[in-house]
Amino acid sequence: MTAVTPLTMTERAANPAAAAEDRPIGFGRLQRKEDPRFIRGKGHYLDDVTLPGMLHGAMLRSPYAHARLISVDTSAALAHPGVHAVITGKDLEGLNLAWAPTLSADVMAILATDKVRFQGQEVAFVVADDRYAARDALELIDVEYDVLPPVVDARRALEPDAPVIRDDLEGRTDNHIFDWEAGDRAATDEVFARADVVVSQDMVYPRVHPAPMETCGAVADYDAVDGKLTLYETTQAPHAHRTLYALVAGIPEHKIRVVAPDIGGGFGNKVGIYPGYVCAVVGSIVTGRPVKWVEDRSENLMSTSFARDYLMHGEIAATRDGRILAVRTNVLADHGAFNATAQPTKYPAGFFHIFTGSYDLEAAHCTVTGVYTNKAPGGVAYACSFRVTEAVYLVERMVDVLAAELEMDPAELRLRNFIRPEQFPYANATGWEYDSGEYETAMRKALDMAGYDELRHEQAQARERGELMGIGIAFFTETVGAGPRKHMDIVGLGMGDGAELRVHPTGKAVVRLSVQTQGQGHETTFAQIVAEELGIPPEDIEVVHGDTDQTPFGLGTYGSRSTPVSGAAVSLVSRKVREKAKLIAGAMLEARPEDLEWEKGRWFVKGDPEQSKTVAEIAMAAHGTVALPEGVEGSLEAQITYDPPNLTFPFGAYICVVDIDPGTGVVKVRRFIAVDDCGTRINPMIIEGQIHGGLADGVGMALMEMIAFDEEGNCLGGSFMDYLIPTAMEVPDWETGHTVTPSPHHPIGAKGVGESATVGSPPAIVNAVVDALQPFGLRHVDMPCTPARVWAAMQGRPEPPV
Amino acid sequence: MQITMTVNGDSVTRDVEPRVLLVHFLRDVLGLTGTHWGCDTSNCGLCSVLMDGAPVKSCTVLAAMAAGHEIRTVEGLAVGGTLDPVQQGFMEEHGLQCGFCTPGMMLTARALLDKNPDPDEDTIREAISGQICRCTGYATIVRSIQWAAKHPAESSRPEGVPA
Ligand code: FES
Ligand code: FES
Repeated sequence: MTAVTPLTMTERAANPAAAAEDRPIGFGRLQRKEDPRFIRGKGHYLDDVTLPGMLHGAMLRSPYAHARLISVDTSAALAHPGVHAVITGKDLEGLNLAWAPTLSADVMAILATDKVRFQGQEVAFVVADDRYAARDALELIDVEYDVLPPVVDARRALEPDAPVIRDDLEGRTDNHIFDWEAGDRAATDEVFARADVVVSQDMVYPRVHPAPMETCGAVADYDAVDGKLTLYETTQAPHAHRTLYALVAGIPEHKIRVVAPDIGGGFGNKVGIYPGYVCAVVGSIVTGRPVKWVEDRSENLMSTSFARDYLMHGEIAATRDGRILAVRTNVLADHGAFNATAQPTKYPAGFFHIFTGSYDLEAAHCTVTGVYTNKAPGGVAYACSFRVTEAVYLVERMVDVLAAELEMDPAELRLRNFIRPEQFPYANATGWEYDSGEYETAMRKALDMAGYDELRHEQAQARERGELMGIGIAFFTETVGAGPRKHMDIVGLGMGDGAELRVHPTGKAVVRLSVQTQGQGHETTFAQIVAEELGIPPEDIEVVHGDTDQTPFGLGTYGSRSTPVSGAAVSLVSRKVREKAKLIAGAMLEARPEDLEWEKGRWFVKGDPEQSKTVAEIAMAAHGTVALPEGVEGSLEAQITYDPPNLTFPFGAYICVVDIDPGTGVVKVRRFIAVDDCGTRINPMIIEGQIHGGLADGVGMALMEMIAFDEEGNCLGGSFMDYLIPTAMEVPDWETGHTVTPSPHHPIGAKGVGESATVGSPPAIVNAVVDALQPFGLRHVDMPCTPARVWAAMQGRPEPPV
Repeated sequence: MQITMTVNGDSVTRDVEPRVLLVHFLRDVLGLTGTHWGCDTSNCGLCSVLMDGAPVKSCTVLAAMAAGHEIRTVEGLAVGGTLDPVQQGFMEEHGLQCGFCTPGMMLTARALLDKNPDPDEDTIREAISGQICRCTGYATIVRSIQWAAKHPAESSRPEGVPA
């Protein structure tokens, strides 16, 4: 592993009174460059794209979870005024596009040809003059189905008499997708056999949905004359999409331009390629006009990439005095009708094998079995860091279950078992190399902020009064920034990122990224990285992203990878430019480059700081007539493709205080304390925003959100009336703090942070709920802790949600 | 049918199908794409605009029902080239990330401050409880609105001067 030395840097405190402090040249709190357009309503999102002659598409979807397709009659729809085309699976078969490869080496239907396999599956696509006419025509398509029994409960998917969902796959006789394991089974069994204490717990991480406020959509514009496809898409990964379209649709890659305009939230929902995108492309080819397709909310919730759906059995082994020895888990993973999870090829369960958490264990082992069910495909989405969310939930719940068994304070149990600072880089029991950590410091800071001892005191008094107050703790370690090409790829594409930086003659710059913001503020953060490295003010740096014709190749934004991978690429490409600037400055100052020293924004002669050239002066000289040193070209630019040496391992300590109404079971999150460590902090304001958003996600998952199904496979979470997302009323004012432990494997020491809080907060909240219910002798309550489920648990019936 | 309404101070007259929703009228007919859309069930509030000064969900109002009324959208928040304090507050306090919920949030905030110039936190949370934001966790939105309450109009920056 190549270690890159992190720079030490001091973070500028947010100080609204000090204007200069508010506009740092480099790292620090800085208002976002993207905000002026958004606050004026001048964002440019997918549905804002309007092209001359543009038509509108709408999708007909299956009302059944499992049915054979007998016939699709489109004649009445075609005759409807304003309708230009109706595309069915049969039509796509002729183009060899009825099926497409998924991101997990499976295939998925674009439009159904043989069967429908989940409610909401795509059956036919109408192209019409406007969105109203297109939707009218959907009603006129006559589809005959032969309804089949569905597989809804993943636990029954492997029963011998279960209906076979994927009879399209040759030789397939069951619903099994994969078995996968990590860790050392024998060593783990041995530790469990000799442990004083072993506790186990079943738990469900229910199916949830990222539900970004902007639904998914595309505008396809195929130019038949030059064979060029311009595709506007709600995508988090424009380059990967372009390559996949080239491979699947046979359009040459240089003739495809994918543009991601402003994205109204992604959270993993906008990683995959959806049938609607492909149909928009086909619609444009067929009609010779641009075609826009934007799904509605129920289409988004019912058919696009879901998240979680892990049924987990956890076991934890410890000594009587509270030394955790090993963790073991078996998981049944519900992948829906097509295995379409977006994760690195070698990791069918994502990075779930970081379920060892933040603890120094002797051994660990997991098995994960993936199965097909008659539900929408997907699986890695909703800010989960490739299933670190499920892993952290498992281990943090198990530690609390153990604490209850040992009658030990859960904070104390964690403090006793943390990986110690001097153990880093730390090789865990399942093959990860944790980069850096100061876990105890973060935990103690959170306990201080919470006033933990007083809270416990208050709780004891509340219990005497019959009040249900709970205090929950979770400590997470994430693994983000996929990833090193020797280990990680998605459908054969290595997970490195390109970056290109050009300093113009007047010293202003443009940096081109492969990643795609969905609200994370890349236009600001990446300008700050260049500013930190070159001393060019962030407002003088244009950040270009979201257009494959204008940016270098890279795998996109998900799994908290932008700062770990592209952030590193941008800092290193800036350093390349700085080194080139040094050679030119040497020529300008008639000094040897080795006699020059860097200070943010300029090169000067060692011992004679007056003798200096700023980046702007150097840029002008580079493009001018100064005699350049041998081998130096007349420009100030560089490009790079960064292959990360390792992932980064952000961590944090979360404490949640809840009150439960004993009369109704309603859980109220009273306080939430979050101490995060994401290494070097580029823009504390943006980091805090990312954490706040994730904490609200956690409240949603822990208390409200679930995509449920009835026995027929009808989706019960298909609208915002049924799929409940927290509003301002359900969340508290967050109390955030931080520590800074730079990553030794990242050039500026930064770690990803976008998903930390989504990963870390659900166990803190559930631990608080279970703690509040301690008088009822409960050790576990499944998410979502709705009033009904909490009430049932209080009555001695803690039912799992599936 | 022909309808006339006032949008951001200008009178507009258009022929529309009676079933066209106000949100589609604003976006597709008038090209005011700052008003967003996010659900089928009147739950998300992304489409909120002001009708005669009060917030309405424009996905739940037919364009025809808005005829004869005054509509104000995000494009009309800055007046005379000056940003509304709410707009300024959202930038100051990081009240937005992806920006998709932001127009509706800001208009609702404007209506709140018009009625109650100094609302407490609970009042603010209640006022925006019909709007969903998936990015911010709401605390910074609350702070943004508090910022606007503390800085009524005179602190606004003229339009065109970078933030
Ligand atoms: S679009 Fe959701 S409330 Fe109007
Ligand atoms: S800022 Fe993205 S939904 Fe609110």
